[in-house]
Amino acid sequence: MKVIERYGLRLQRKRFRIRSVRKSRELLPAVDRTDAIRPDHILAFVTLRNERLRLPYFLDYYRARGVSHFLFVDNDSRDGSREYLCEQTDCSVWTTQASYKRSRFGVDWTNYLLSRYGHGHWCLTLDADEFLVYPFCDARPLRALTDWLDASSVRTFGSLLLDMYPRGTIAEGEYRAGDDPFEEACWFDSGNYVIQRNWEYGNLWIQGGPRARMFFAETPELAPALNKIPLVKWHRRYAYVSSTHMLLPRGLNLVYDEWGGEKASGVLLHAKFLPSFAGKAEEELKRREHYARSREYEAYASGSSAMPDFWTRWSERYVNWRQLETLGLMSKGNWA
Amino acid sequence: MSTLGFVMLCHTAIHRAAEVARHYAERDCPVVIHVDRRIGRQDFEAFRASLSDLWNVRLISQYACEWGQWSLVAASQAASEILLREFASVRHIYLSSGACLPLRPVEDLREFLDARPRTDFIESVTTEDVDWTVGGLAAERFDLHFPFSWKRQRFFFDRAVELQRRLGYRRKLPEGIDPHLGSQWWCLTRQTLSAILQDPRRPEFDSYFKQVWIPDESYYQTLARRYATAIESRSLTLAKFDFQGKPHVFYDDHLDLLQRSDCFMARKIWPQANELYRTFLSAHRRVETTASPAKIDRVFALATERRTRGRAGLTMQARFPNENWENGKTAAEFTVLHGHDDLFEDFDAWLSRCLATRVHGHLFAKDRAHFADSQKVFAGGLSDAARLRDYNPGQFLRNLIWNTRGDRQVFAFGPRDRQEIVPDLLSDANARLWIVTGAWAAPLHQRNADFMDLRKEAAHLQRIETELLEQVKSVKTRAKVQILSLAEFIQKPMEHLQFMLDTLAGPQAQRLTEAPKMRDLSGLQQFVQNLKNQGMNPVMVGELPDETVPAQSLRPTGTKPYLVK
Repeated sequence: MKVIERYGLRLQRKRFRIRSVRKSRELLPAVDRTDAIRPDHILAFVTLRNERLRLPYFLDYYRARGVSHFLFVDNDSRDGSREYLCEQTDCSVWTTQASYKRSRFGVDWTNYLLSRYGHGHWCLTLDADEFLVYPFCDARPLRALTDWLDASSVRTFGSLLLDMYPRGTIAEGEYRAGDDPFEEACWFDSGNYVIQRNWEYGNLWIQGGPRARMFFAETPELAPALNKIPLVKWHRRYAYVSSTHMLLPRGLNLVYDEWGGEKASGVLLHAKFLPSFAGKAEEELKRREHYARSREYEAYASGSSAMPDFWTRWSERYVNWRQLETLGLMSKGNWA
Repeated sequence: MSTLGFVMLCHTAIHRAAEVARHYAERDCPVVIHVDRRIGRQDFEAFRASLSDLWNVRLISQYACEWGQWSLVAASQAASEILLREFASVRHIYLSSGACLPLRPVEDLREFLDARPRTDFIESVTTEDVDWTVGGLAAERFDLHFPFSWKRQRFFFDRAVELQRRLGYRRKLPEGIDPHLGSQWWCLTRQTLSAILQDPRRPEFDSYFKQVWIPDESYYQTLARRYATAIESRSLTLAKFDFQGKPHVFYDDHLDLLQRSDCFMARKIWPQANELYRTFLSAHRRVETTASPAKIDRVFALATERRTRGRAGLTMQARFPNENWENGKTAAEFTVLHGHDDLFEDFDAWLSRCLATRVHGHLFAKDRAHFADSQKVFAGGLSDAARLRDYNPGQFLRNLIWNTRGDRQVFAFGPRDRQEIVPDLLSDANARLWIVTGAWAAPLHQRNADFMDLRKEAAHLQRIETELLEQVKSVKTRAKVQILSLAEFIQKPMEHLQFMLDTLAGPQAQRLTEAPKMRDLSGLQQFVQNLKNQGMNPVMVGELPDETVPAQSLRPTGTKPYLVK
């Protein structure tokens, strides 16, 4: 990579940081409990809209694994998400009615909060429907992982966004707040992911899975990106570029080994396809606040039936992280 | 009075160190702890207070310790001197860290050492015999100067090494020094340790080792050789290192593994491994499980293997090898049949019966991927959609082979298919290609179409096939390829098929009982002649005999056409 290109990326990173400060004016603190953050805390940063149903399980899941404080940006929820979060003693909440799209799909807001509160912490940046599975997560808390990453001088931890789906059309069944979403949506595609390298940022670009299979069979290049780097030992100079797909400086994106080996990595179980999905897809399509003109939601809505059935006889049923490891969807690396 | 004393070096998680120290002290083993000076005064005082009720524990905090630096040796020297001076009954001195945990009762260790009162347990090997040194610095540790910190000043560290190498600089070793290396955790006898610490030449040795890299792995290991009467060159502390020379950490889920390890001590223990600390520090624990120390080695060797070599044929978010670094482009062997289905009717169904396995159709056909049994979706969720496949055909193939590990894949390929996959096939040592060139002529000659169109198509297919054969010749080809022309193949079709089956199925291959039905090839020779007359030379077909194959030679009869076995 030429010096001039590197300098270009540096300028871009600075622009993102300045932009995030400018966009931070859109954020109004609803509850600020950031005084409670201690230097060794693991933090979670979440931007959401109307996720009241998912939140109880989400919070429990990450509390159990050792997240000490949650920082939420509530983008104009109307379903009581904000009120619910404000009651939680380990959550700080900012609220905004500004455009999700014009904050580059929440990245500007998150970058601001990360640089303000995340510096020096291990930070998880998530959506409310993403659940991190990492090696040994059944026996070791997140802190064990971050201590090990620290000892290995590793700053970022990569993962695959794994779309989980139920058997049958997803309008069926019912999801109540607090339920484990993967009781029903326990199926996934184990081996239809395509990877290419993004030379500009040095990250891998992964596509595929059930969404590509069902909605993007004719336009695979438009299928959603599934590579995510959700866990970062944050420094205030860092910036997410596009969702949590990639970061700057670009060295942070090297979460994969190029010489044949495997680095430790995880899976983000994606509980997108819950029974409430249909209504959500319709609404999001109207709002047009999503990436690439909400193409994804357009595809969902134009599916032959309103509710897709992703299940095939080759679908795998989720058991635990070891299963995902065996299937090659994640790796222990040299963590033993 | 106890004959065993501990020297502990603590840097972090001092509350755990305190627990372990108390465990020793209460079992009548004096402990001298050196606490890293970088730990604040306040924490140190709290630490001291928490152990103040124990008469046989001493605390000092003299040095700021840094990995790979002399300060670690200096700290252990200072603590050892106190232990030797203040606890006269101690015969064996055990150097441990704050992250060490005794796996077997201290009484066991004491008994063990009492039975070997003159033995020093210190791993001590010459530089030629070690294979675990980081950064390739083994002998050079002793020959060069290391004024910079490896952790904090890597750039200058590397430059300094480079410079000295280039200048051919070598330090002069002190007289009588024979460099040895080994684990920094040892258990020495009073005689040996005091001889090291009280040697009149100690200032000379110390000043030499201050400039050696990672002196805590060589200072005692080298000097013990000067004084010891009986060295057993192994460490009593179980410590596992990863490929970067960083110690593996033990967690609660290693409990079973550690119980079976049969070692006296382990490091490093994760400070929050409550279960481990509770179990191994409990008052009256006896070893009850059977020891299998090899298992620990296996677990950690596998981790290193996973990190350095990875799983062949897998690409994922944590493994994306550069070209030629894949350790195998695909996960398992697979077979590509080029042309056979043009010659025989229902060839894949027949082969599928013979091999008792799934045989795919043309996976790279232009319309869609023809999976076995016309499935729309195949293993792992692979879609038959042509666009999805062609978006990244190499990955499609890699996925297919990965998803069906343990189940050999066989598929058809031909000049009518998308050809983008060819370089991937040929450069893959797992691929086995059986090619019958010119087989495309077999369905063509019977087609009801204008001859000009047929000629055009024949030329087109032949061009593609020529291109394929050109690529086979490339030095990059690692696939096993067998090439026969149509003419060669139809002379002895049964023999070729039997050979192919034997290769595919291995020793269990069965004698052919049922032959596939060959297409009617009568008139093919004339068709080929016509092509020639029209100016196109179908070289790929080969020289057909004047009469096309007599039909009966295809029928398996009582007489065996193929008698190799």
